Amino acid sequence: MSRVLLVEDDPAVREGARLALRRQGHEVAAAETGEDGLAQLRSFQPDVMVLDLMLPGIGGLEVCRRVRADSQLPIIMMTARGDDVDIVVGLETGADDYVVKPVQARVLDARIRAVLRRVEAGPSPEGAAPAAETHGELRIDRAALTVTCGGAAVPLAPSELRLLLTLSAAPGQVFSRQQLLEAVWEHSYHGDARLVDACVKRLRTKMGEPPRQPRYIQTVRGFGYRFHSPR
Amino acid sequence: MRHRLLPGGLRIRLVAAFALVAALAALSTGALTFREARTGILQQSQDTVIRLVRNRIDTLAWGLTFPPTQQDLAALAANVAEADPTRQWRVMATYRGLNATSAPQDPFTELTPALRTAATTHTPTVFQRVTVAGRSDLVVGMPITFASADHKRAATGLTVFVVVPQTAEQAYVQALVSAAERATLPALVLAVLLALLAARGVLRPVRDLRQATRRIAEGRLDTRLAVQGSDELADLSHTFNETAAALEESVAELRRMETKARRFAADVSHELRTPLAAMSVVTDILDEDAAGLDPDTAAAVRLISQETANLARLVEDLMEISRFDAGAAALHLDDIDLAESVQRTLIARGWQNHVDTRLPEPAALRGRVDPRRLDVVVANLIANALRHGAPPVRLSLHADPRPARDGAHGTERWAVIEVQDTGPGIPENVLPHIFDRFYKSDTARTRTQGSGLGLAITAENVHLHGGTIRAANHPHGGAQFIVELPLPELREEERS
Repeated sequence: MSRVLLVEDDPAVREGARLALRRQGHEVAAAETGEDGLAQLRSFQPDVMVLDLMLPGIGGLEVCRRVRADSQLPIIMMTARGDDVDIVVGLETGADDYVVKPVQARVLDARIRAVLRRVEAGPSPEGAAPAAETHGELRIDRAALTVTCGGAAVPLAPSELRLLLTLSAAPGQVFSRQQLLEAVWEHSYHGDARLVDACVKRLRTKMGEPPRQPRYIQTVRGFGYRFHSPR
Repeated sequence: MRHRLLPGGLRIRLVAAFALVAALAALSTGALTFREARTGILQQSQDTVIRLVRNRIDTLAWGLTFPPTQQDLAALAANVAEADPTRQWRVMATYRGLNATSAPQDPFTELTPALRTAATTHTPTVFQRVTVAGRSDLVVGMPITFASADHKRAATGLTVFVVVPQTAEQAYVQALVSAAERATLPALVLAVLLALLAARGVLRPVRDLRQATRRIAEGRLDTRLAVQGSDELADLSHTFNETAAALEESVAELRRMETKARRFAADVSHELRTPLAAMSVVTDILDEDAAGLDPDTAAAVRLISQETANLARLVEDLMEISRFDAGAAALHLDDIDLAESVQRTLIARGWQNHVDTRLPEPAALRGRVDPRRLDVVVANLIANALRHGAPPVRLSLHADPRPARDGAHGTERWAVIEVQDTGPGIPENVLPHIFDRFYKSDTARTRTQGSGLGLAITAENVHLHGGTIRAANHPHGGAQFIVELPLPELREEERS
């Protein structure tokens, strides 16, 4: 039972999605415009936002940006395939995942549940009680799901947090983009590697990584990413 | 480029023609001038000699005694010879067998018997030009006559022959010849120069035209020639420009129509997508509740749900094709394990038990491809094999190193994917069209499950990777599709 805020301008799609999501056991609030969606954030207090990218007035990207300005609310973008640029920009703006319209209700439901699972506790290191790990200036608390860098809290969206937890669980190990897609986004099909790249980019920005010489999340050319723990 | 028989072609021909005309003109002019001048010179010298001789004889004739003696003849000859201011004359006076010359012991070889006869039988003066040992001489024979009372001239039998060397005249004529010769060479050189100039004037527009034509052939339809002057070549350039403009306009019109048609297809697909999105999102509800409805309604509801899914796929495929047509299809390359990728494709669609795979070991074959597009390629080929062929369907994947293209050294890595079924195979008349859009193999045009775009999209995806795809019938039966994908080496790019 989760609270879904659906922002979609087409009445038929909006009504259909509302029906279907309610049928899947979600509590749904629907907004017709980006402004309306932003207004309902406070009143409805959703667990997740399903956001159409093509909105009249302020577009989906702008809504995404405004939400991310002060909130780590999970956001799933609804796009049409072919709006490739929008997808990348949307992901870099802070969306956690995206679905391509036309989408079936069970697919949308699966994405919502997957993104919500990311804010639950991750796998703890074997045997040891979950404790805060320190990697250089970075402090990751797997139980409390908090991250600090140099003493300051780093607010992370669900995908960013899950990605960091996955990578840092095995420092030095190289994860391919496909592996990360499965571990973080639970994409069983060929997900889009751009999800991973955009998320890594956001994560590095939030952790204050120097652009050319990332300290913690390193790119392994042709293979993927690995977490480096400075001792 | 056609091979030309003549090196230089038009230029050489023009030069040859000009030179020939110049040579002919110079030679004919020279010859005519020479002939006229020579005749004039000789005529003049001849007239002068005859006048002088006649005048001298007229003055001497009164003092002649008849019949003259040898001494009289010698004196006469010497006297006549003195008439020449240049002292070059040789004179012989003859009278009935007696001969006397102005110069002693002069054999007078220049005097031909014919002239001698003519001089003694004719009353008027006779003359002949004689060339001896390269020297040209004028020989004049003048019989001395008396005028009788009836104004008839009577020959006395006394004849005077004069040999006048023509050295001066010869020199004049020689000068004429050499002048003509000297004039011919500059004329020829000038002609060749003029020919080259003319050739350049003709050839430059021709060369420009050739280059412009080639540019048009290369597709640069905005090519135009600079029109200079108002001659035939300028007309030709002008015509070329008009033709190019007309061609450009037609092609632009065709492209406009094509763009319009494509945009229309894309717009239609796009417009269909919104209602389809609304329908697709509720089909799950229909499927879930169909069981609780009466059988007819349930069947109708399931039909709507199924066809909505089909329509959604068809529109999605149409959109995909529109993107390929618009050149908007982008490759999102990732470095992946191809075997693993193929496995995922099968597992995601629940085909792992329907397909017999032969794949390389994990991590043995990695390459940069677009994972989503590779998934589409493999899924479409397997779906096609399962739908139109018959199980068992075999899929094999292997690496294929080849010599590098573009003349580069070393080898290129290629991946070869083969999908083979054991069905009836593809009819021969269908094979060439197998990758066409909406191509239906049977004339009844019954709709199959697919959108009719699956193989076209597959081919487009392969081509986008720079690969090839072909269909064939296996010798042992069944259809066979072979995809060959180049696996470029990892580019040095920062993905951060």
